[in-house]
Amino acid sequence: MSWLPTLVQACYFLAALLFILGLKRMSSPRTARGGIVWAGVGMLVAVLATFALPDMQNRGLILAAVLIGVAAAWWSGRRVAMTAMPQMVALYNGMGGGAAAGIGAAELVAHVQRATVAVPDTYPLRPENWVTEALHQVPAVAPLSPVALGLGVLGALIGAVSFSGSLVAFAKLQGWMDRRFVFPGQRVVNLLVLLLAVVHGVMLAAGHLESPVILAFFVLSLLFGLLMTLPIGGADMPVVISLYNAFTGLAVAFEGYVLGNEAMIIAGMVVGAAGTLLTQLMAKAMNRSLGNVLFGSFGAAAGGAAQ
Amino acid sequence: MIDGFVALYIFMLAAFTGHEIIARVPVILHTPLMSGSNFVHGIVLVGAMIALGHASTPFEIGLGFVAVLLGAGNAAGGYVVTERMLEMFKPSAGKPGDKA
Repeated sequence: MSWLPTLVQACYFLAALLFILGLKRMSSPRTARGGIVWAGVGMLVAVLATFALPDMQNRGLILAAVLIGVAAAWWSGRRVAMTAMPQMVALYNGMGGGAAAGIGAAELVAHVQRATVAVPDTYPLRPENWVTEALHQVPAVAPLSPVALGLGVLGALIGAVSFSGSLVAFAKLQGWMDRRFVFPGQRVVNLLVLLLAVVHGVMLAAGHLESPVILAFFVLSLLFGLLMTLPIGGADMPVVISLYNAFTGLAVAFEGYVLGNEAMIIAGMVVGAAGTLLTQLMAKAMNRSLGNVLFGSFGAAAGGAAQ
Repeated sequence: MIDGFVALYIFMLAAFTGHEIIARVPVILHTPLMSGSNFVHGIVLVGAMIALGHASTPFEIGLGFVAVLLGAGNAAGGYVVTERMLEMFKPSAGKPGDKA
């Protein structure tokens, strides 16, 4: 079975290649239709290869979740009207961000049980702990390197912001939330929430893997995505969705690093870069700057408080 | 696990690739391409599957299950929506995909 990991790696390589070629074709009207098929084949190859990974548990659950998710999304994507496409993109993009945040959360939670094992590394002054803990360490998960932990936390933050932000964008375009939500000092509040989320993220990355910190980190990240999107008007939403699309790509790339999955890193980073450029192009096509879209909605009463 | 600098090279090259492949996209393709790249980061499904595949406690399994559900929605929904958008770019003669 020694050829199996190699075969899986080859599948991931093929998937990454097909994603890039597919996106390339999608950027020209003549070849655009074929592009999505190429990318689709890449996705299929990658997912099937993942099922073949040797050390996977819960295969039944995985299959069930994949089938339910695919069926629900396929059905909703098929029946929705053409005019409702942008909010569906927002919805599916939010799901991707949520999945990336979920991966980050699962990694962090998995390491909470091993926090006692991690203590000796951060507090080398207590060697007696080191010995006892090392004797009965939990073998389920390998310890994360500081870089992996940091990127995992960052990916989770970006993913969570993209998740809640995209859901607000979806709700607005769907007409469930048709008024802009503006209050005085909004920028200061948003900035504070972001700052608090980052502080908790830094605590996690520094090794304080405790459940309350993890919970606060995710609540604050989700809250920031919500607050950031609420004041933006419906007409600007496509640009914002494109921005969150790039965010999700970055989050996927970072979580890909944590999981050691090159296909995720490449696909995520390509989307992160392409999405950023696309966001700028879209804003320019509307004769707006990105900063104007994101912060321009603040009226004179609320504006000028921060920055 | 990927070595730090190798990962950095991958990140850099992938970022340039992403920038270059869409640098000359016409305005009519903005929205389909956004949707298409939305589909591509549906690869997060693979990561979610790995996370669920390595989960052991009920809480982790729950988190992983939700992540897989969301990732599958991202991938499948992204594909359907992009395909429907791009249907409008169907060439007038013959089936698409003929032209390689």
